[in-house]
Amino acid sequence: MSYGRMHRKEDARFIRGRGTYTDDVRLPGMLYGAILRSPHAHARIVSVDASAAEAHPKVRAVITGQTLAGLGLAWMPTLSQDIQAVLATDKVRFQGQEVAFVVAEDAYSARDALELIDVEYEPLDAVVDARTALDQDAPVIRDDLEGRTDNHLFDWEAGDRARTDAIFERAEVKVAQDMLYPRVHPAPLETCGAVADFDKVTGKLTVWCPTQAPHAHRTLYAMVAGLPEHKIRVISPDIGGGFGGKVGIYPGYVCAIVGSIVTGRPVKWMEDRSENLMSTSFARDYHMRGEIAATRDGKIQAIRVKVLADHGAFNGTAQPTKFPAGFFHVFSGSYDVEAAHCEVTGVYTNKAPGGVAYACSFRVTEAVYLVERMVDVLAAELGTDPAELRLRNLLRPEQFPYHSPTGWEYDSGDYPRALRLALDMAGYDKLRAEQADRRARGELMGIGISFFTEAVGAGPRKHMDILGLGMADGAELRVHPTGKAVLRVSCQSQGQGHETTFAQIVGHELGIPADDVEVVHGDTDQTPFGLGTYGSRSTPVSGAAAAIVSRKVRDRARIVAAAMLEASPDDLEWSDGTWSVVGDPASGKSLAEIALAAHSNLELPDGVEGHLDAVTVYNPPNLTYPFGAYICVVDVDPGTGQVRVRRFVAVDDCGVRINPMIVEGQIHGGLADGVGMALMQVMAFDEDGNHLGASFMDYLLPTSMECPSWELGETVTPSPAHPIGAKGVGESATVGSPAAVVNAVVDALAPYGVRHADMPLTPANVWRVVNGDPFRTDLAIS
Amino acid sequence: MQVPARFAYERADSVPHALQLLERYGPEARVVAGGHSLIPMMKLRLAQPEALIDINGLTELGQITVEGEELVIGALVRHAELLAHTIATDLFPIFRDAERVIADPIVRNRGTVGGSLCQADPSEDLSAVFSALRATAVIQAGGAPSRKVPIRAFHHGPYETAVEPGELLVQLRVPIRTGTGSAYEKVERRVGDWPVAAAGAVLRVVDGVIEQAGIGLTAVGAEHFCSPEAERYLEGRQPGEEAFAQAGRIAAEHCEPHADQRGPADYKRHLAAELTRRALAAAAERI
Repeated sequence: MSYGRMHRKEDARFIRGRGTYTDDVRLPGMLYGAILRSPHAHARIVSVDASAAEAHPKVRAVITGQTLAGLGLAWMPTLSQDIQAVLATDKVRFQGQEVAFVVAEDAYSARDALELIDVEYEPLDAVVDARTALDQDAPVIRDDLEGRTDNHLFDWEAGDRARTDAIFERAEVKVAQDMLYPRVHPAPLETCGAVADFDKVTGKLTVWCPTQAPHAHRTLYAMVAGLPEHKIRVISPDIGGGFGGKVGIYPGYVCAIVGSIVTGRPVKWMEDRSENLMSTSFARDYHMRGEIAATRDGKIQAIRVKVLADHGAFNGTAQPTKFPAGFFHVFSGSYDVEAAHCEVTGVYTNKAPGGVAYACSFRVTEAVYLVERMVDVLAAELGTDPAELRLRNLLRPEQFPYHSPTGWEYDSGDYPRALRLALDMAGYDKLRAEQADRRARGELMGIGISFFTEAVGAGPRKHMDILGLGMADGAELRVHPTGKAVLRVSCQSQGQGHETTFAQIVGHELGIPADDVEVVHGDTDQTPFGLGTYGSRSTPVSGAAAAIVSRKVRDRARIVAAAMLEASPDDLEWSDGTWSVVGDPASGKSLAEIALAAHSNLELPDGVEGHLDAVTVYNPPNLTYPFGAYICVVDVDPGTGQVRVRRFVAVDDCGVRINPMIVEGQIHGGLADGVGMALMQVMAFDEDGNHLGASFMDYLLPTSMECPSWELGETVTPSPAHPIGAKGVGESATVGSPAAVVNAVVDALAPYGVRHADMPLTPANVWRVVNGDPFRTDLAIS
Repeated sequence: MQVPARFAYERADSVPHALQLLERYGPEARVVAGGHSLIPMMKLRLAQPEALIDINGLTELGQITVEGEELVIGALVRHAELLAHTIATDLFPIFRDAERVIADPIVRNRGTVGGSLCQADPSEDLSAVFSALRATAVIQAGGAPSRKVPIRAFHHGPYETAVEPGELLVQLRVPIRTGTGSAYEKVERRVGDWPVAAAGAVLRVVDGVIEQAGIGLTAVGAEHFCSPEAERYLEGRQPGEEAFAQAGRIAAEHCEPHADQRGPADYKRHLAAELTRRALAAAAERI
């Protein structure tokens, strides 16, 4: 009864400006921190002289790498078995790296004092281009690691190499394409920051910060800093966008904590926009070569991929431990192939660490982009319509659950139905006819298709962990005597609408209005343990936990209702939100009636201690696999290279939709992200490692003016692995849309013989591609 | 958090007062109007003026009027006000074309015409627009009569203008002539972005022949934001596709674009030709 469209409960405070973000936290006696950052991408630190800053009348502490080294905190572990400098001691390894931290009475003084710190650097050659990182003469970035003589980070592979190679050897048709998924940034409207408050009397540390994984942060602070975990409270208040960039622990958080311990006062540190773009988690940066082996009549047989992965100066990707390339090996996508194989080589460069952010589903984004571009390259080679080629190769409904050649078990799907719906909505045949007319007139119109399969909702815990913490989520549900409920969950919303959606799940299971359910989240002292919100895992994992814990409450309610009705629990049935004696619906007891009875002097039978509250931990049996078919129509100005997205049709199947309005909102946002990545976003670096996109003047976010009116469609294929049949959807559109836009632009440029162009497809890039002289989009344009 | 360094702040209540304040604080003082360039530079600490003289209260600089054969635009006129001023935009549609693509509505509500010109960013659209229109800048100093500077002598280079310390740009005066059409064409990576390149055109046609042409170029390294060579080529010719295309080629030849992340130099040069051609064609349509 509680599924369906309803306005978001959290919006009442957001639209009135009454949210509480980290920067809204103000504590008595609070000090302000600021970080001095490296102007160089690679340099040896000769000396740091902070005496003038320390002498500033309003400065309370200056913390340097040497200060931290004395505390054993100059380095911290990353989420990928590497270490990262909190404040640099030996070298700086990317532009914007943290060098010193000033704590002052106000933000202005803290910033002023940064200019009083004198750091002497000895600049070193920088490794900017990942393609040269493994050269013999490349400077060694990580000479802090013992025995390290190159910039090699890891080699990793998945799939069956021998079988794949054998198919390629005898294949009738082979296509290959190099492509770059450039380094981009999630650029949330709220930057990162923290307020740390260490109470010397109680020994309790409270940290407010916009973390997507508050419980993981608490445990990591305990493990790294040696603070007792029960004396650490992490509060993740309202968050202004996360997109994966707020999963890890940043040096600034540690600095704020140390600053509070050193000064004995609360310390707030909020990074500015440039700091956010320069130093926090980037996304992508995958240099890929894809190959497809197929028959002459267009049956795809095998896919082979080689990836050079730019991980920056420290391996700080936030992803399940055993998958150094995330879920990239889902790259065989939505197609029925005999074999597939990928090799991924990770390298260090003089760029910021990070790697999985910007709603990428642990690199499913890169995988989908690769395979969807490759299918279009094959279509061009064969002269086949790309829709027809996809329909010929999509997995068929009867193949589910489907075991992919790289080890995945897709839960459910009807792919041809989704693609056919999208083609119908777009009026595909008419569009192709229009395109032919326009081409005859010298106009450039393109139609691009992307079909994606996502893998979201990590765990199960046996396969998925971060630093040994298994990916399972707790939930606690309390039902008050009047039948109002409070759900406590571990994950934290960054805009996903958990306070509404999860209330709807509980309401649906218990037969009460969603407005009668309060969702508590984001405070480790108030909620059960769990791994957080990223990789579209909230509804697949915490949402499932909410359903399961509700069912536990319902089972308890059954026992109480049986006592009320003087019947056996076995004789009761649940219908219309009440427990009633079978065949006697009038006897039905609502949850509110049962809750009051559970707290009354009613004599309770065995199995109920006195209320209805319940606790659970949900360990998902499998990921969920949402999918979708996207079609993009663009017009390209042949004289200027400007691309206009004219239409975008998006058919999404995320299983059962709890609140369609929220689902559509997430899809709208992701589609806009896709337009941004495809057409305008990139973090490029010049040869010295200078960041060329460190402001919103240089790093462009798409606006409504670049977005068409989205045309959404849906099919519903419930997930058999999920208690209510739902699948994650938060990242679907970000994952699926860039390929559709790029495919459309490349299709528009087909009259020039163009088969591929790297993102972002800025006017200059398109013009150069048309002229057969493309430039590297990830380097300085010369 | 981005915070500027310490500075003094004064709010002027008249032009003479503003000039007094400028004199009192000396060359390290800056005038702030809309503040959309200066304030971000201060927050990034790329600019650290000792004092800001706020002229936002000077309503006498916020007028758009027609005086005889000239359209007079006060330096404090907001972009949005110029865009909404139908007398100005009907006389010179180039204003409508350009103002619609300058930044975004929020910036246009606050940013000023005079501030744009005095910032003298090589990518500033209005510099090319006024250059194409052959406007005249009126500059006021304390205790002296105002002086007039042709717009094509106003910009001395990137971020440098004819306005000396202690002076204030007060007006732009645009000659009104019959038989004139104008247009502006811009390529940007995204709405609100600075131009990759842009071109403005003003054409006056008498008896089927181009009597005067004004070509403004933005962000392509054109001296004084204009292309006298292309203008000379057009003058005395009949308007037409081939003439416009050739003018575009000449304009492209004589500019000096630099590569940046908006595009390589060859692309910007190509745009100089293409957008000049388009702007001329649109201007001719509007006569």
